[in-house]
Amino acid sequence: MALSPKATLPISLLLLLLLHLPILFSTTVSGGEEEFSEELLLKPLPDRKLLTHFHFQSEAPITHDGSFATHHHLFPKAISQLVRKFHIKAMELSFTQGRWNYERWGGFDPISSSNAKPPGVELWAIFNVPPHQVDAYWKNLTHALSGLFCASINFLESSTSYSAPKWAFQSALGSLRYGTLPREAVCTENLTPWLKLLPCRDKAGLSALMDRPSIYRSFYHSQRLHLTSSSAGGDVLNSRIILEQTLTVVLQPNIPRAGMNYVSETNIQPSWSLSSIFGRKLNGRCVLAKSSTVYLQLERGLVTQLENLQKDTAVFSANDTGSGDFRRNVGFELSVNPSKVHTEMEKSYSILFEYPIKEYKDSEQFDLGLTWKHPLVWSSPHAPLYASRFLTGSGNERGAIAISLKSTESTQGFVATNNEERCKLQVDILQIVPWYIKVYYHTLQIFVDEKPQAVKDFVERMRVSPSEDKVSPGMMELVLKFPCETKSAVLNIDFDKGFLHIDEYPPDANQGFDIPSAIISFPEFHAGLRFSDNATSESPLLSKLQEKSHVLSYSEVLLVPLTTPDFSMPYNVITITCTVFALYFGSLLNVLRRRVGEEERLLKNKDANKGLLYLALTKLSAKLRGRSSESAQPLSPSSSSSSSKSSISPKLVLKVLLVAGIAVAWQYYSQ
Amino acid sequence: MQQKNNNNKVRWFWISVLGSVFLRLILLYFSKNLSLSSRPEVSTPLTSLRRLAEGYWLKQSSMSPYAGSMYHGSPLLLTLLGPLTVTRIEGQPDHLLCSFVFVIADVVCALLIRAAGETLRTSYSSSLKQLGLHHLSKNSECLPSGDFAALVYLWNPFTVVACVGLSTSAIENVMIVLSLYGACKRLAPLAAFGWVMATHLSLYPAILLIPVILLFGYGPDAPPRKLFLQRKTFEVGNSSSSDNNHLEKEVKNQPSMLNVFSWKPVLHFLFWTLLWSSYVLVLCGIYLQQHGGLQELFKRTYGFILTIPDLSPNIGVLWYFFAEVFDFFRNFFLIVFHGNILLMTVPLALRLNHRPCFLAFVYIVISSILKSYPSVGDSALYLGLLGLFAYELKDMQFSFFLISGYVGVSLLSPVMHNLWIWRGTGNANFYFATAITYACFQIILVVESVSAMLNHDRMLKKLSTAKQVKT
Repeated sequence: MALSPKATLPISLLLLLLLHLPILFSTTVSGGEEEFSEELLLKPLPDRKLLTHFHFQSEAPITHDGSFATHHHLFPKAISQLVRKFHIKAMELSFTQGRWNYERWGGFDPISSSNAKPPGVELWAIFNVPPHQVDAYWKNLTHALSGLFCASINFLESSTSYSAPKWAFQSALGSLRYGTLPREAVCTENLTPWLKLLPCRDKAGLSALMDRPSIYRSFYHSQRLHLTSSSAGGDVLNSRIILEQTLTVVLQPNIPRAGMNYVSETNIQPSWSLSSIFGRKLNGRCVLAKSSTVYLQLERGLVTQLENLQKDTAVFSANDTGSGDFRRNVGFELSVNPSKVHTEMEKSYSILFEYPIKEYKDSEQFDLGLTWKHPLVWSSPHAPLYASRFLTGSGNERGAIAISLKSTESTQGFVATNNEERCKLQVDILQIVPWYIKVYYHTLQIFVDEKPQAVKDFVERMRVSPSEDKVSPGMMELVLKFPCETKSAVLNIDFDKGFLHIDEYPPDANQGFDIPSAIISFPEFHAGLRFSDNATSESPLLSKLQEKSHVLSYSEVLLVPLTTPDFSMPYNVITITCTVFALYFGSLLNVLRRRVGEEERLLKNKDANKGLLYLALTKLSAKLRGRSSESAQPLSPSSSSSSSKSSISPKLVLKVLLVAGIAVAWQYYSQ
Repeated sequence: MQQKNNNNKVRWFWISVLGSVFLRLILLYFSKNLSLSSRPEVSTPLTSLRRLAEGYWLKQSSMSPYAGSMYHGSPLLLTLLGPLTVTRIEGQPDHLLCSFVFVIADVVCALLIRAAGETLRTSYSSSLKQLGLHHLSKNSECLPSGDFAALVYLWNPFTVVACVGLSTSAIENVMIVLSLYGACKRLAPLAAFGWVMATHLSLYPAILLIPVILLFGYGPDAPPRKLFLQRKTFEVGNSSSSDNNHLEKEVKNQPSMLNVFSWKPVLHFLFWTLLWSSYVLVLCGIYLQQHGGLQELFKRTYGFILTIPDLSPNIGVLWYFFAEVFDFFRNFFLIVFHGNILLMTVPLALRLNHRPCFLAFVYIVISSILKSYPSVGDSALYLGLLGLFAYELKDMQFSFFLISGYVGVSLLSPVMHNLWIWRGTGNANFYFATAITYACFQIILVVESVSAMLNHDRMLKKLSTAKQVKT
């Protein structure tokens, strides 16, 4: 039976109404607002590169009533289901390609501390469940995320690939799990599901700028998803999920070929505009977003340089324009005037230009550009200690991991500010090694200023959970305290390389195995910008920038080559080894079985071997009389075996009968 | 004249013992350059001192010493050697104190072998006299097999390397030899202690229970008991019959004569075994009270030995076998290889029950072939014990071939290891080839020595019957 189109229309309308009824109901009950905001931060880097940092934040109230049917207007349903199903308190997932260059791009600002991530996939999650259930929830979560983001996050399910650090992140009382996949390749198939979580996807708003070729051509890109569900004092109604999605890309702006002479081209920073780096212009905002803003940040070092430049030029031309104006005129030129300028409270300050995005017509699209006028050299603020990690030793049997910490200019600043008697610099190190790197924790050595020192003098606390073969990775958490005047420190720890079963090697076994990045954090240092006006707290990005977060840096991923067995050999090895052992068994048994004068008897027997019937008869009689009988001696079992080839010996008959009997019995019972 | 000669011999013995100790000390002083302690031939996961130090460190930082699949030895060893891995003498290499223990263990082991050899020799010559084969016993006196075996053990390059490489197998060897010595001297507590400790340390010496019980039951090695019976019947009955079978019939009629097995010392020994093993278990239980107790101990030591989870290369063949074998068959082959050790114990015990010491030697060779983590320390022990039977095995076939084989393999194996691991030009098969050759040579050694010993018995029988015929 078929319904006429006229009849289906009211039915479908009714259905639509029915479908929307619970949604309307739920939104009215939960009361809270769903919010979404999009922001983009642009920041020129000292080495002629540009940092672009997209920041999307969605917020939604959460109801813990156990139903999964709640509807969201802006917030991605998949994520809210994830949070509710796995009782996630906080979670962070990042996909990264390339390595953040701490030396050039800085390590002491909020972007590098919270958005510089180790290559590959990094995932940590804090669960709101009893400690014994955490592992089970983690395993389910990895599978869910793996499906959601088209990545092999499910490899983190195995207990060999994740661990439970206690000190490196916020204290989570054992409900935190941390895992990394350094080998994971990140590409557009991971970005698409990530974009799908945004209400406007990449059709409108800032995300429309994300041109895939220019993102994946970049020096570094890290796509991050940070999730916090905050329940204010156990109040179920007030608990909210905050989903923070960031994409950090370090790009090299295209240098225009024409119009510049050679000398200035080499010294001057490359000028850029949004259209030159992304190949697109901004058409307008995502209409669902509460706020849509573009920021341009000038670092402290750069601002200081600009001021110096301003002084120099002020000497030449004594034109006195407003102090807010010169910054845009002397060193560089902006194509669009900012609506607002934020400056920091500090003596050396950074500047933030704000551009709110509205709807633009086709003719006047938003295209922020920056043209440098004078060559400028500055450096980004560094972390107190610059950390790097490397392998020592050769060969495939053993080696050592060394973590070297070198003091930078900010340590000296710290010394200058802390003029106490015993100034100490605290460094936390989290090092996770896979089980096939068998670390000898007792071999930990510390070299301070290139002199070996006793470990106890510098290690404040140490927590080791050694790796267990094929079960869990090894983890070492160290809290170190160095005197502030320390120039360099090296931590050295020995390991043996493991040998794996052939099935445990990946397809490209000779490439080597990765040791995940070590996390080095400085809990006494806080990276955060301090802006003067309080109005900035409206913007999630600005509040993020002002947040007091620990200075954190990741070390390099190490590649350890492991020896491989011959992958083509299993059959040969099995057969050869078994042959050798069979040889052993057979020959030893043969030696033991041999009797005195056996050979002579054998010869005698050959002579006597005339009448088969006679032989059988004597044998039978010997059997009847017993083995100790004298006449049976020449027909000992060993010789009979050679002579009974042609004769039908009673033993053989007996055997045949036995086998037949067994066969009959088997047949009988099987029926 | 003979006294003087003897004194001379004794002096020479002590001089060479001192010489070997000096050699060890010199090598130990420079052992950092030799870096023997990380060689796969010397330090297996069970015998490596570095792993022991790691276990001790874990224990000191209030963790289970077995956490982290590093240490798989006994907790008692940890209490004995652990503190020595940390303490050091000022200005000396840091392992020196610990290595003294191994040097002392080697010397003690050699002296125990010598004492056991002495006992064996006296009892053997007396039993030969009983058979009326005086000329043979005189021959054997010319070659003091105890001294010979002790010197072979001390000067064997394998022993030296194991000692300098700080392998704990020296201590296992002492315990094995201690149990044999105790059994030869009929000291039940000592033998029981040795056996319990050896089994506790490395599991495989458990099969030595059979030879030790035979030693207690029958006494030290002697010619086949049948010959004594023949002799006896010959002397008592004064029967002129040269017919063997007739004699055998008589033997059959006198079963009480055959069963000279004395149960009393055996029960004594078993009682002490029970006592010592419960003592060791209680000690281990106390030590591991907070870390999972005895269950953890058995899982991490015996379980580790039996399931072979560590596939790092050693001089055996099983590491490569289990690195290559399909997971599906893994359990089957584990059972086969360990069953192979047990399978041969019964036939050997039946055939060689009149020579318990030699039986023990054969068991040690077999277990060091089929061991999951063999090291040169095991080979050192059986090569030393081989010296005890130098007289009986003087007609052994292929002895030159075997010696050159051992030398060849021990030279080639490090080369292949270097090519594979350090240079990356060879591959695992090269090293495995030397391992399998080594296994073959060991197999030939055990088969030929058993065969030579049985031939020796046959010769004794022939001689003794000939004598009976003559008289």
